[in-house]
Amino acid sequence: MKIVVCVKHVPDAQGDRRFTDDHTVDREGVDGLLSELDEYAVEEALTIAEARSASGEDSTVTVLCMGPEGATDAVRKALQMGADAGVHVCDDALAGSDALATSKVLAAALRTLEFDLVLTGMASTDGLMSVVPAMLAQRLGLPQVTLAGKVELDGTTVRIERDGDSATEVIEAPLPALVSVTDQINDPRYPSFKGIMAAKKKPVNTLSLADLGLSPDDVGLSAAWSVVEAVAARPPRQAGQRITDEGDGGTRLVEFLAGAKIV
Amino acid sequence: MKTTSSRTTNPQDLADLDSLLTAEEKAVREAVRQVCDDAVEPSIAQWYESGELPAARELAREFGKVGLLGMHLEGYGCAGMSAVDYGLACLELEASDSGIRSLVSVQGSLAMFAIWRWGSEEQKTEWLPQLATGEAIGCFGLTEPDFGSDPGSMRTTARRDGGDWVLDGAKMWITNGSIADVAVVWANAGEENGGIRGFVVPTSVPGFSAPKIKHKMSLRASITSELVLEGVRLPGSAILPEVRGLKGPLSCLNEARYGIVWGALGAGRSAFEAARRYSMEREQFGRPIAGFQLTQAKLANMAVELINGQLLALHLGRRKDEVGLRPDQVSLGKYNNVTKALEICRTARTILGANGISGEFPVMRHANNLESVLTYEGTVEMHTLMIGQALTGIPAYR
Repeated sequence: MKIVVCVKHVPDAQGDRRFTDDHTVDREGVDGLLSELDEYAVEEALTIAEARSASGEDSTVTVLCMGPEGATDAVRKALQMGADAGVHVCDDALAGSDALATSKVLAAALRTLEFDLVLTGMASTDGLMSVVPAMLAQRLGLPQVTLAGKVELDGTTVRIERDGDSATEVIEAPLPALVSVTDQINDPRYPSFKGIMAAKKKPVNTLSLADLGLSPDDVGLSAAWSVVEAVAARPPRQAGQRITDEGDGGTRLVEFLAGAKIV
Repeated sequence: MKTTSSRTTNPQDLADLDSLLTAEEKAVREAVRQVCDDAVEPSIAQWYESGELPAARELAREFGKVGLLGMHLEGYGCAGMSAVDYGLACLELEASDSGIRSLVSVQGSLAMFAIWRWGSEEQKTEWLPQLATGEAIGCFGLTEPDFGSDPGSMRTTARRDGGDWVLDGAKMWITNGSIADVAVVWANAGEENGGIRGFVVPTSVPGFSAPKIKHKMSLRASITSELVLEGVRLPGSAILPEVRGLKGPLSCLNEARYGIVWGALGAGRSAFEAARRYSMEREQFGRPIAGFQLTQAKLANMAVELINGQLLALHLGRRKDEVGLRPDQVSLGKYNNVTKALEICRTARTILGANGISGEFPVMRHANNLESVLTYEGTVEMHTLMIGQALTGIPAYR
C-alpha cells in the first residue's frame, strides 16, 4: 500500500497574523508549522501503513507539500511522526497561489508518484477553504471521499464513515482514491525522540515548477482566480457586561438574553 | 530558513536564543511540551493540591513512548539523545512541575544511569529496556535520615553471607520510592569489599519496604518515600560490579544535577509568564499594573535572569556533549539557575499580589517546589562550597 499525504505549512495560529501589501499572508518572522488539521491525515496514513506492514504488506507513507523554503518544516514534522519520505514543491513563482493553482501543482506532483491512496486534512488552518481535496480528486480523476471520520481499507476499496448532524453516511470507493479526514478521526501521535533522529536521514525530494512541467504563468498571485480584495483586523473584543446579583440576578440575566434575542 | 533576528518581539525569547538550537533540538522540546500539555497540565494543580500523583505509572508510560526515560543513554531501548536535548526536555517538564521533572530525572539520571554506567550486562538487559518504556519505575537510595550532604558516613550496610549480600538500614527522601519496581541502593560494604557499593534491589524482595513521606509542603505532585531495608537478602549478582566508593553515586548525581540546571529555569519561566500576563490584565488606579515602573523593573530583571540562566545551561550542555563537565561546573550551573529561578518565582508572586498564593495560578506551586530543588541533589551550600573549592583549591566542608 502506497499512501501519499498532502500537507500544508501554515503560520502558527497563536502568533500575530499579518498580511503583505498584496493581501497575502506575511510569512516573514512568523513561526510556521504543519497545519494541525493535516496531522490527522498523517496519523491516519501511518496507522494504515503500520497495520498493513504488520500483516506483511510493504507499505510506505510519502508526504507532499507545496510551499516556500520554510515549509520543509512541515514535511520534517510528518517524517518525525513516522512518514517515510517527503516531496516538497518549492518555487518562488508559487507565492500567492490560490486553491485552484495549489491543486494543479499538487496534482502534477502526485502524477510523478505511485499511490493507492491520497490522504488530506479537511481544510488548512489558515485558508480554511476546504476545496483543495475535491479539486485534486477532480484533476486526477480519482473518487473523492471527503470528510472521513473513519477509514477502512481492503485490498481494492476504501470505505469511510462521514458523520453528519442526523446521520452517519458510509461511503465506499475503489482504489486508488482521495480521502480527506476530519479532526475526529484519530489522536495524532507526538514525534518520539527516535522519530526525530530518524527523520534526519529520510529523503526529501525538492521539486521546482519546471520539474513538474508547469509554467510560472499557471500559478502564483497573477494566475489566481480568487483574490483577497481587502483585509481588516477584527475590532478588539468589547469588555463584557457584568451583572452583580442583588437578588434580581436571574431576572436580569434573562432580560439580557432576551434583549440579545437568544431566548 | 533565515536565521536573522526576528522582526517581531517575542516576550518569551527576547534574545532570540532559539537561534542557538538546531531544528531537531526544537523538535525535541516541542514533543516534550506537547506531552506535558496533554498529560500533565490539565491535572497538575489538582495533583499538587491533593498531594498525590495517581497517574505516575501512566505518565511514565507516556514519557516512555516519547523516549524521555533515560533519553541521554545509548542502547538498551534508550533514545541516545544529547545533553542539550536532555536539558531542553527537563526545562519543559519542570515548566509543568518540578515533581514531574523529578520523576523523569530520578528514573533516567539516577536509577537508569547507575545501572547503565556501573551495572553488569545482565543488570542492564534485565532493567534498562523496561525502565526506558516506563513499564518499570526506578528509584535511587543514597540519602539517609541522618546523612545528606555527607553520604560517606552512611549507616546502611551490606554484609557478605556466603554468596549473598544482606542489606540493613534506611534511606530517606527517595523520589518514586513507594511505586518503584527497582531501587538502586548504596550501602557500606566494608573496606574489604570496596567501601560504598551500589546494589540493584527489586522492591519485591522480603525485608524491603518504602513508606510514603507525608505532610510535604513542596513537590506535592511527586512521590517521596523512605526506604527501609531489614535483612534484605540479595544474590551476589545484585551488586553493581563496575564501581567502588562514593564516585558511584556522585557520578549519577552529576547527571541529575545537570538536568536541574535546565529544569529550574522551566519553573522560573512558567512563573515569569504567569506574572507577565497577569500584570497586563490586572488593573489598579485605572491602568494595567504592567504600566507601573516597579512592575516593569521586576519583569525586566526576571527576563534577564532567565536569559542568563539559559545561556549558562546551553553552554554547559554544549560542553557536556563535546568534552564532558567537571563536577564544579555542574555546581556552578545548579547554584546559579536554581537560586535565580527561586527569586523569579518569589518576584512573580509579588506581581500577582494575593492571587500569587492561590492554586489558581502556578506561581506559588513553582516557588514551593524550588524550595526542594534548592537543597536536593546537593544543597545550595554544598554547591557554593564546590565553587569555592574550585576557585581556591581549599575544600571548606572537610
